[in-house]
Amino acid sequence: MSFDQILFYVFSFWFIAASLAMIFSRNAAKAVLFLILAFFSAASIWILLEAEFLAITLILVYVGAVMVLFLFVIKMLNIDKSSLRAKFASYLPLGLIVAAIIAAEMALVLGNNQFGLEMMAAPARHAADYSNITVLALQLYTDYVYPFELAAVLLLIAIIAAITLVHRNEGNRKTQNIAEQVSVKAKDRVYLVSITTPNKEGK
Amino acid sequence: MINTPLFDTTSLMAALPEIFLLSAIVVVLLLDLFLTKPFKQVTYYLTQLSLLTTGVLAFNLIGEPETIILGNSFILDDMASVFKVFMMVAAMVAMVYSRHYLLQHSLFRGEYFVLVMLSILGMMVMVSGHSLLTLYLGLEILSLSLYTLIAIARNRAGAVEAALKYFVLGAIASGLLLYGMSMIYGISGSLNISEIAVFANSATLASREVLIINFGLVFLVIGIAFKLGAVPFHMWVPDVYQGAPTSVTMFISTVPKIAAVAMLVRLLIDGLGAMQPYWSDLFTVLAILSIVLGSIVALLQTNIKRLLAYSTISHIGFVLLGFATGVITGYGAAVFYILVYVLMSLAAFGVIILLNKKGFEADLISDYKGLSAHSPWSALMMLIIMLSMAGIPPFIGFYAKLFILQQVISSGMITVAIIVVVFAVISAYYYLQIIKSMYFEDGDEAQESIPAPIDIQLVVSINAVLILVVGLFPDFWMQLALSLF
Amino acid sequence: MIAFWQWIHALIPWFDGAIATIVIILIKAIALVMPLMLVVAYFTYAERKVIGYMQLRVGPNRVGPKGWLQPIADALKLMTKEIIFPSKANIYLFLLAPVLAIAPAIAIWAVIPFDEGMYVANLDISLLYVLAIGSVGVYGIILAGWASNSKYPLLGALRSASLLVSYEIVIGFALVTVVMIAGSVNLNDIVMAQKGSILNWYWIPLFPMMIIFFISALVETNRAPFDVVEGESEIVGGTHVEYSGMTFAVFFLAEYANMIFMAVLAVILFFGGWHSPFEGIAYLEAGFAWVPGIIWLLAKSTFFMFLYLWIRATFPRFRYDQIMRLSWKVFLPWTIVWIFVVALMTQLKIGPWF
Repeated sequence: MSFDQILFYVFSFWFIAASLAMIFSRNAAKAVLFLILAFFSAASIWILLEAEFLAITLILVYVGAVMVLFLFVIKMLNIDKSSLRAKFASYLPLGLIVAAIIAAEMALVLGNNQFGLEMMAAPARHAADYSNITVLALQLYTDYVYPFELAAVLLLIAIIAAITLVHRNEGNRKTQNIAEQVSVKAKDRVYLVSITTPNKEGK
Repeated sequence: MINTPLFDTTSLMAALPEIFLLSAIVVVLLLDLFLTKPFKQVTYYLTQLSLLTTGVLAFNLIGEPETIILGNSFILDDMASVFKVFMMVAAMVAMVYSRHYLLQHSLFRGEYFVLVMLSILGMMVMVSGHSLLTLYLGLEILSLSLYTLIAIARNRAGAVEAALKYFVLGAIASGLLLYGMSMIYGISGSLNISEIAVFANSATLASREVLIINFGLVFLVIGIAFKLGAVPFHMWVPDVYQGAPTSVTMFISTVPKIAAVAMLVRLLIDGLGAMQPYWSDLFTVLAILSIVLGSIVALLQTNIKRLLAYSTISHIGFVLLGFATGVITGYGAAVFYILVYVLMSLAAFGVIILLNKKGFEADLISDYKGLSAHSPWSALMMLIIMLSMAGIPPFIGFYAKLFILQQVISSGMITVAIIVVVFAVISAYYYLQIIKSMYFEDGDEAQESIPAPIDIQLVVSINAVLILVVGLFPDFWMQLALSLF
Repeated sequence: MIAFWQWIHALIPWFDGAIATIVIILIKAIALVMPLMLVVAYFTYAERKVIGYMQLRVGPNRVGPKGWLQPIADALKLMTKEIIFPSKANIYLFLLAPVLAIAPAIAIWAVIPFDEGMYVANLDISLLYVLAIGSVGVYGIILAGWASNSKYPLLGALRSASLLVSYEIVIGFALVTVVMIAGSVNLNDIVMAQKGSILNWYWIPLFPMMIIFFISALVETNRAPFDVVEGESEIVGGTHVEYSGMTFAVFFLAEYANMIFMAVLAVILFFGGWHSPFEGIAYLEAGFAWVPGIIWLLAKSTFFMFLYLWIRATFPRFRYDQIMRLSWKVFLPWTIVWIFVVALMTQLKIGPWF
């Protein structure tokens, strides 16, 4: 077993273990942490596959931003676990049967007989000066520029949707105009007035 | 190592309608921010203008030779252009109806029109999609805008529930579709529709490859059936139709269906045409289930939007039946049917919106009692629409059903044809029920005639009359539909 | 270097392959972390002294000559103090939080080039690595706030999460302009591209970005005037309230290591990294040729580190909503505009930078 293979099995083990732990964890915050571990392991496997840009993006976007917001939401919500579990048992048998059937079918179709190394050759290793990010950039802005732009439109919709659904422009709302507050000068707020203090005689 | 770029700016003219629409969306979105309340109508007029211009640009491209551009992910052919023109016309009509509804129920916001245009952009991408990636992205652009459009009436519990239900089920459907796409990509090694077609057609296909293609195919069919709302993937349709604001229901039930049919054509006929025997069987089952369930459950409805939802399900059954025949004339009949369905559905929702008043949704069948007495013209139009939907000659709905049945019989599926005819007759009952309550029952109270703006009255009238007029010359439209394949 | 490793290899023949790789990486890591910890310790001393003088005080002057041994004494004190666990706190996460804070703060140094060829790892995407690992650091604070099971830490953690996510976007956009000019995301290449003279450094074409980057770095490291995460006057001490002894010390180390890192990164991106400021000037260049690059890098970084202290002693604390506004409504539009400016400059080949 080469060093690469050892690494692969280590990362895969952590990937699977973290994914399982995430599913079975009772605490939502712990589940998120296990998911983060799973992301890290997946990113490491990608690095072994020479897809380092994807790996870093996975960490940057999912671990660095999406999961932070996830934790944020979990902290804000008081998730009632008992109500979540209430209907769990009644659906469990049916769910297990369906899951077992799907898993069996997928194992048949996606197993080694169809996608094994004899059927699909492993991709060749690149030379040491191969730059994943350069190749990706060239592809992304030429061949795949159309899907790339469409993805941008998709994100635009997400922004519009979020603002449309959340922003309430009711007239009776009290807001602070921070721009005004920040640009205030001392002389706008404080007037120094010189008053002649009356002396003892009252003049 | 690095491929030579396939990107060529001179070929972008073929995508001009899409490029124009996206630019128009951005302009309208920004402009809307600066419009004060008395000028908010400008957004509406600009939307109509953008849709009109896009339609004209798409119309000019009809007859162009088939071109594939943008890294083989965008196709321009007659089907794309004709569908785009139809979508623009339908969307413009829908916007005329929507404005009336939005003003009545104080939902008039600039974002509504921006989101509608964005969803149309998504549909155009789907119609012109020539790679799995663009088809999926188009679908997501469409779906995401629709979820938001439903939830735009966020003060109504029903609308929020409908949006959530649609979102969750739509996400599952997208997931299934993506799963199928990844199978097909995995085995064929290409995202490109024509390369997939070449792969699926090749004579040296090993049995394991056929297995995996079929595995992916099932997921694709499920994803498409979800989006079209065919039984047994129809659960979201009635709830979404009922819960959404009527103008959004109208939009969901019309234009996106064209795009979904286009996606079906691109994926299954253009891409996996070689697998036609496999997906035909799936479609036959889906179609029969849809027609049976759509016809029977609709009998029990008291809400007209819910009733139209079940009616949509059975119409979709007919469309799928056309594709199930597996012959070009059958595909033509299916495309003809979906366009006719859009025409009828638009008119039906148009009349419902026409009867809306401030704080009153005319969405119960009992609301239509005695309609002929106080607004005879609306009642007459509703009569035309219902008769057409029931498939009674000489209205266009009859010919749509007839063409499908002809193809079904000529491809030898006699049993299927008999089942379909029986349930078409059963479904006529609930359409006639509405007519009965309009003409032969008295209203609860003396309702005053409803004043609606002239533009919506005019457009609804033209729309309903078209159902009759087109019904007199069905062959021309059928030839048009056939010429697309 | 290569000759040295060949010599080692000749000496111990089995020292090769994976084992050698791991051992070499470990040695490099220790050689990096030990001095870093020392710098952190004396940075805290410098902070107290500098702020003291700015406020007309003397600062620490009791332990050792002129207070030189103060940081050592502090470290000893923190190590021997009892660690108090709040009752009902989640102990595992409570202890995991400081580890999650310090690990990225140290790991991020791996790609920093201190001199030509002087680095732990030469990644092709080192700038992205910096962004990715930097964004992981937030978990320490968030978890600390959540696991403490206490009000003030939670508020601090919420503030920190939203601030860091907002300012990461700004920093990301600011770095895009650097990448556009340098044409690479490799920090070594970015420094090499600034070779020539002081005019080739990127602070001239990217002046607004440099300012924005530095201010955002203040937010990212929770420094005054943006230290609402701690905000003593409002939320006592934010996320650190429940931490004591060594657990607190670890947070402290992470925070200062991050500050120093941001200063070094600013030098690498905008001030020519290890290049001498006298390059291209006839006599001075030759005269200072003997100075190793790492000295220049550290000298320039020291200026930025001083700037942190100077700013802390000068400005009052921002309000939370003002910081958010600064990010989304001021910095973000500016960075996007500047991306277009840089794109134009690149196309028109303005200046010596392109």
